[in-house]
Amino acid sequence: MPRIAGVDIPADKRIEISLRYIYGVGPYLALQVLKEAGIEPGVRAKNLTEDEVARIAGVLDRSYVVEGQLRRQVAQNIARLRDIGCYRGMRHRRGLPVRGQRTRSNARTRKGPKKTVAGKKGVKEMHRG
Amino acid sequence: MSRSLKKGPFVDQRLFEKAQRAKQGGQHAAIRTWSRRCTIVPEFIGCTFEVHNGKMFHKVLVTEDMVGHKLGEFSPSRTFRGHSGTRKKT
Repeated sequence: MPRIAGVDIPADKRIEISLRYIYGVGPYLALQVLKEAGIEPGVRAKNLTEDEVARIAGVLDRSYVVEGQLRRQVAQNIARLRDIGCYRGMRHRRGLPVRGQRTRSNARTRKGPKKTVAGKKGVKEMHRG
Repeated sequence: MSRSLKKGPFVDQRLFEKAQRAKQGGQHAAIRTWSRRCTIVPEFIGCTFEVHNGKMFHKVLVTEDMVGHKLGEFSPSRTFRGHSGTRKKT
């Protein structure tokens, strides 16, 4: 199994696919990197030569921010918002949606699993009342 | 949709001049403003604003990190005191 950009060990898929297992590399960037490294996108990752793997790693290293560094960058951006006390920072602090979505319903991704409130009217009751 | 780059950032002209004057004349009292829509530009760094939120004024000391945000982002206009029955975590 080849090893690119630190910990990532993509499997025996086509290299264009397995590159996407790296944090920060999506469909577009995977193809872009392969183009820059001069490697066919369809080759299986296990069939790459040592040199080719090194070339991919080199391209990623030189011109793109991926993995730990990218994670740190994202975390820093959020920490900045929190520190300056702006609206977006407060939403991050409270774990609510940041971009103006509704919170009356949905927003479960940010709010986490439902916390049922005792005594709250159910759907059936509301129809009757 | 984000603002057209052609226009540049929106800065309240009168507020901008006021901030410039305050800066030249040393540290002044906070500048009261209702202009929540005004973008914070580098010239504002170090100034203190009192930004209206519809009810009262929030003191905002502008730092370098705030450049590019709007004044209104630092003056919350909604109060949420929690739902009835939800006990506060200690």
